[in-house]
Amino acid sequence: MTSDPGNQPAGSEQGPIDTVTRSATATSGPPLRDRFRGSGRAVISAITQGSPTVVTILAIFSALVLGALVIAFSDTTVLHAWNSFFAAPGAAISATWDSVAAAYSALFEGAIFNPHTISAAFHGGSVGAIFYPLSQTSAQATPLILTGLAVALAFRAGLFNIGAASQWIGGAIVATYLGFAVSLPLVIHAIVCLIGGFAGGAVIGWLVGALKARTGAHEVIVTIMLNYIMYQVLNLVLGTPTALQLRGQANLISPNIDPNAQLPHVGGPPPQVGVGFLVALAAAAATWWLLERSTVGFEFRTVGANPSAARTAGMSVPRTWVLAMLLAGGLAGLSGAVAIQGTFYSLNFQSFGNYGFSGITVALLGRARPLGVVLAALLFGALQAGSTVMEAATSVPVDITEVLEGLIVLFVAAPPLIRAVYRLRRTEGAGLGGAAKGWNG
Amino acid sequence: MELELRGITKRFGSLVANDHIDLRVAPGEIRGLLGENGAGKTTLMNVLYGLVQPDEGEILVDGRPVTIHSPRDAIKNRIGMVHQHFMLVPVFTVAENVALGMEPTRRLSVPGLRRAAGFPTDLLDRGRARRQVRELSERYGLQVNADAMVEDLPVGVQQRVEIIKALLRDASVLILDEPTAVLTPSETEDLFRVMRELRAGGRSIVFISHKLKEMQAIADEVTVIRRGQVVGERPPTTSDAELATLMVGRPVVLRVHKEPAQPGDVVLSVKDLTVSGEVIATDGGGGRNAVDGVSLDVRAGEILGIAGVQGNGQTELCEAIMGLRPATGMVRLDATDITHATPRDRLRAGVAYIPEDRHEDGIVADFSVADNLVLDTYDRPPIARGIAMDLPAIRKNAGNLVSEFDVRTSSIDTPVGTLSGGNQQKVILAREVGRQVRLLLASQPTRGLDVGSIEFVHRRIVEERDQGTAVVIVSSELDEIYALSDRIAVMYEGKITGFRTPDVSVTELGLLMAGAHISGPDGQDGVPEGPADAGPDDAGGDGAQE
Repeated sequence: MTSDPGNQPAGSEQGPIDTVTRSATATSGPPLRDRFRGSGRAVISAITQGSPTVVTILAIFSALVLGALVIAFSDTTVLHAWNSFFAAPGAAISATWDSVAAAYSALFEGAIFNPHTISAAFHGGSVGAIFYPLSQTSAQATPLILTGLAVALAFRAGLFNIGAASQWIGGAIVATYLGFAVSLPLVIHAIVCLIGGFAGGAVIGWLVGALKARTGAHEVIVTIMLNYIMYQVLNLVLGTPTALQLRGQANLISPNIDPNAQLPHVGGPPPQVGVGFLVALAAAAATWWLLERSTVGFEFRTVGANPSAARTAGMSVPRTWVLAMLLAGGLAGLSGAVAIQGTFYSLNFQSFGNYGFSGITVALLGRARPLGVVLAALLFGALQAGSTVMEAATSVPVDITEVLEGLIVLFVAAPPLIRAVYRLRRTEGAGLGGAAKGWNG
Repeated sequence: MELELRGITKRFGSLVANDHIDLRVAPGEIRGLLGENGAGKTTLMNVLYGLVQPDEGEILVDGRPVTIHSPRDAIKNRIGMVHQHFMLVPVFTVAENVALGMEPTRRLSVPGLRRAAGFPTDLLDRGRARRQVRELSERYGLQVNADAMVEDLPVGVQQRVEIIKALLRDASVLILDEPTAVLTPSETEDLFRVMRELRAGGRSIVFISHKLKEMQAIADEVTVIRRGQVVGERPPTTSDAELATLMVGRPVVLRVHKEPAQPGDVVLSVKDLTVSGEVIATDGGGGRNAVDGVSLDVRAGEILGIAGVQGNGQTELCEAIMGLRPATGMVRLDATDITHATPRDRLRAGVAYIPEDRHEDGIVADFSVADNLVLDTYDRPPIARGIAMDLPAIRKNAGNLVSEFDVRTSSIDTPVGTLSGGNQQKVILAREVGRQVRLLLASQPTRGLDVGSIEFVHRRIVEERDQGTAVVIVSSELDEIYALSDRIAVMYEGKITGFRTPDVSVTELGLLMAGAHISGPDGQDGVPEGPADAGPDDAGGDGAQE
């Protein structure tokens, strides 16, 4: 009753047509699995599982301590005091303390709040001035939240998005162009520019994902190369009057965008909260929902954690890569739009800044989780907002914040170091120990 | 040198990998160590090489007990090992690789320099390393160029570099762990020639393999290991059938209670399925097809067991049926052609799949039990509404399945990677058959599981059959094949060598597994790639279905 293969009639429509190659449909054959193995997964899992909050806090503390040393010993007054250490040891120590305390309190006053503004408020000063530092911090943090999310989202899908800078440019170009070249009513114009910015970044991100899915090109290489390419594209469009260059200008600068396209500040008397900051928070919330509560995010996380299991469970790994890069690019593009519409109003190399690369460190510090990214971006924003005040008050250069940022990331990336310094006991398989185990896989 | 292992026992948790194993290797002897994957061969050799410490037992060299705590100790006792995966630095030359770890040096003759520098200032003596490689290569006919870059060498030559490494460390007993697994047939021939030369030079070799033919070709005496125990020693002239029986064990240790099958309509129909072989070229097959024109039918309510020694195309067959691997031919499910369907479409069409590599393909270790239980239903109702996942529904689904399939976990939020292998497999089984399925495709469903879990998995598979599901089981455990199958197909070198009823004798199955019904060369001569349509004609015809 059951047929034997040998006796089965070669009937119906099959026959010689049987041997249709399926390789065309199966874009991802066996080598796929090899591509997944290796260090990438371990690093991703080390970043997302990460170190406990305690370690992060201690890392920030350690960075501040080391930063204090740098501040103190780059101060000539302090150095002079130490030269005569044996004559007056107390003077050397107090000079050091004064220098560090002045710098850090100025940093704090510039980033969080300045006690003088409170007493000033009681004596007829502005109440709004109390919140001025926080407003500065949130403004500085806004683009960082979005580029941080761009890196974090891709991380969760197992992709290293080093290209937030290029995606930022893509978004900024589109948003700027829509900002000055078209004329639309209030609100609508701003929204159109935001959407355009998202789309501009998404196209660049999509390109990365599509190249990886189709050809297997590694996203790290592609994104790094695209950073250079987009930098030159920005150079080109800002230098071409028929494109973005401000007429009659020799400098690389775009016209200001239409006031209708600018993102207003809201919430009481100035200083206020920029709408861009709210957009960034909304994007963080949306990213959280997408990752943790939606089927799309489930696919992202599964592909990021175990691509072969994802494939076996019927998910399309290449499609997930493309979608994740598209959304990540969109977030970075949104960062570009928000920076132009909310802060700079004009695109140039100064507004380009360093958001793309800082996004990587923000995502690292935030452990590739939306809430973590927001907190990390706020920390970095606070350092930047405070540093200008610090420089003005104490002549400590703003560059010290970059030293602090670098130290924080260094310590966060090396939990064993923090554990050793503070003699913490290891908790479960977190941190780089887990990663080290994975290198063998 | 004479080597003896006495009562070696090694436990990993509840698993006894080696159970009081005795083994003697005489000087100038090639000792075959035959057993299936997981039988404990490699563990035994890792004990001997100091990579694993035994719980009991002793190792004697020339009648005197020695302790081997590390490979260094093993080398000191003149024991050398060539691992399955080579330990070579690809960008170094052969001579540099051979010298690694025992670098021959020349003292730099500047008086006082060593003291002044505070570290050894000897120079690497490249010349000596090269001379040594050349000398050994000539003496044993190894044909290795000392100056060649290792990454440029074929696998077979790299293996000989490993052998030179061991010989240079004056190994008198050489352990070759599955050396032929990575070789083409002609490279295997070369290796055997080298092994004979070494034997003629008075060295002993422990040769590990699960391939009967190779044992018969090269071993002086074959020790068969099954489930961590020595089950027999035989001369190489022993028949295929006897060795196979010893190796895989007698059937019916584990009987599953089941009623006779009530086969219904054909659910799965595979015709002329061919998977090209480049991906398993390491398996001694050169360019042959991994799956070579396989045709089979499976009916509702019956279990087809696919038997065969591992690496004969079973894995590729399953993956091709699931659409995870490019293949030619035709696959039908319930008369619908799914040859070109994506894995997702096949799952949706009612195929349940239990992959062979559970940890790599079956679960996401970092995810919770609950998430793993919806890994392929996460985007359909009731788990998802639109693109929103319904968390309460996920938890409810997990609660139901965990209790129904008796998954032992502290909670449904526990990462599945922390569960035991048996419970991980129950999670996969629960996910796959917890929905309505037409076909259950299970590859090595009980490998590495404890007896309790094996029983549970077997019972559930039979229950699935009784509910009218067509079931395909791939297993290299003959016990399992006998326990579950209503019909048995045997695979050898990508082809089905025969269909049998479960009352077939072990001897006959063993012969089929050794490719007895395939005429022509047995793989040693490099089988030319056959035309895809040769399969069913060879393979079919001898099915015994009433």
